[in-house]
Amino acid sequence: MEIVVCIKQVPDTTEVKIDPVTNTLIRQGVPSIVNPFDKNALEAALQLKDKYGARVTVISMGPPQAKAALKECLSMGADTAILVSDRAFGGADTLATSYTLAACIRKIGKVDVIFCGKQAIDGDTAQVGPETEEHLGIPQVTYVSNLDIKGDTAIVDRECEDGYEVIEVKMPVLMSVIKSAAFEPRFPTIKGKMKANRAEIAVWSAADVKADEKRIGLTGSPTKVSKIFSPPRRVQGILIAEPTAKESVTVLLDKLAEAKIV
Amino acid sequence: MEFELTEDQETIQQMAKEFAEQKLAPTVEEREEQHVFDRGLVNEMCEAGFNGICFPEAYGGAGGDYLSYILAVEELSKVDDGMGITLSVNVSLCAGPIMAYGTEEQKQKYLRPIAEGAHVGAFGLTEPNAGTDAAAQQTVAKPEGDYYILNGNKIFITNGSEADTYVVFAMTDKTKGLRGISAFILEKGMPGFSFGKRESKMGGHTSITTELVFKDVKVPKENLLGKVGEGFKIAMTTLDAGRIGVAAQALGIADAAMNYAIKYSKERVQFGKPISSFQAIAFKIADMAMKIDAARFLVYRAACLKNAGKPFSKEAAMAKAYASDVAMEVTTDAVQVYGGYGYTTDYPVERLMRNAKITQIYEGTNEVQRMVISGALLR
Repeated sequence: MEIVVCIKQVPDTTEVKIDPVTNTLIRQGVPSIVNPFDKNALEAALQLKDKYGARVTVISMGPPQAKAALKECLSMGADTAILVSDRAFGGADTLATSYTLAACIRKIGKVDVIFCGKQAIDGDTAQVGPETEEHLGIPQVTYVSNLDIKGDTAIVDRECEDGYEVIEVKMPVLMSVIKSAAFEPRFPTIKGKMKANRAEIAVWSAADVKADEKRIGLTGSPTKVSKIFSPPRRVQGILIAEPTAKESVTVLLDKLAEAKIV
Repeated sequence: MEFELTEDQETIQQMAKEFAEQKLAPTVEEREEQHVFDRGLVNEMCEAGFNGICFPEAYGGAGGDYLSYILAVEELSKVDDGMGITLSVNVSLCAGPIMAYGTEEQKQKYLRPIAEGAHVGAFGLTEPNAGTDAAAQQTVAKPEGDYYILNGNKIFITNGSEADTYVVFAMTDKTKGLRGISAFILEKGMPGFSFGKRESKMGGHTSITTELVFKDVKVPKENLLGKVGEGFKIAMTTLDAGRIGVAAQALGIADAAMNYAIKYSKERVQFGKPISSFQAIAFKIADMAMKIDAARFLVYRAACLKNAGKPFSKEAAMAKAYASDVAMEVTTDAVQVYGGYGYTTDYPVERLMRNAKITQIYEGTNEVQRMVISGALLR
């Protein structure tokens, strides 16, 4: 089985700071990590490898520093890593990024399963995975919490707000993975880490993946960010559950009066 | 002379730090209090590859150097000194002598499973009447056909009843004294090999310490480690290396105590100011840092010498004695910084102070270390 896992190197913080002037992420002084959901995705891939045998290729579009994130994936047990990196990719939005990743996957060749994390913790769009699938024209399942393979079919648990769906889908397929107990990322081994330290990471340019220059980087990005802001914190609601409806109403009216609503 | 770690050394140091913080820290106080040797956690540590750091890939290791392994012991010990000594015993005291003196078959059969993380090791030298005087061994090994028959007992054995593989010393010829001791590899489950009581100790409760009992244990002759009569040499060279591990454990304990003291002294307010603003406290912290750095460089030097294949016996003794004395001083001062709170079990410095003590005693008391150092200088 051929598996590709798409990963992103992100700043190690859940509270990303935004430059109020340029509306872009402030990355200075923040250590970089592998996007946590991508680690869940890699874990899902490695479990398939352990169970059925597979070659796991990790890919990322990013600057040369992103090699460190790819090495971390190698240390967990991925077989090869490819960095898609080119100055021409700079300023890419989710559309241009997904186009580039799809071009990379096409160059890799026949792939049975593509995994990605449900979203990156810096941009939080959750768009690149599904868009990549659209470029490739294959089925996709989002919010995957568990899965197994039977022949050429994947049987997938897809998390919903009120439970989960069990979906059967023919491979090749793209799945975006959530943080779930089944996909708790493994701790890398020391041997794996040292092997990863010595690993050469292939770097593919825009020309290598035969990308149309009009569809990559800033040029290929129709998205214009007009404003980014942290939404105000919503105050938690309270539950009024007195023994009788009448008592509850009394408490409710008191609260509304307190808040000068009635 | 350079004071920079290599990329591999930094990687392993960082991994050990993450492992300690993620896997060991959440339960260490509870395990210490309830005297739990958590085999599941030990297995996780072994499976992550810590046992194999400094062994060749041909024997299941990662092909790293000795300092990398020492850095791992230090990092684990910052959080859980019991895990630090478990690792040190696996590597230095059990796998180490098999690597140095074992036959190819012995290495594949006994070293490989330890290096790959499947087995835990132990080392049996100390007896009720043979501590510093290791030559006073009363455990005997009598040749009989294809076997040696072992009788006797060993005490204070780290990893004791939890190990899978044991390097054990016994007299094969009492008339020859030091040259009458031989080393053997034993497996858990050999008929006649059992365990006595688990020691009740002052501290180090996340590590298990047990008596080993041998009653007519049939050890195949191919399990003789090294040559007949080579046992004392094997024990001493093994302990030379093991001392660097104990030194790293002590270093980890001391470093943890200093960091707790720094944090607490900035938070604790007396006379309207954090106590860190009083020189009485600030200078204690300065002294801690100086001693710990001095100890650290002694420890790292010993590890580098061993790795380079150079003589390191004296330097390992210096590292062990100094680092463990520093651990005792720093943890005692850390309790002092905490004042009354430091003496309670609500804060970790009390545990560190208790656990520092053993590092001055095991794998050669600090008096023995001073014998080794002065012996080398006054020869």
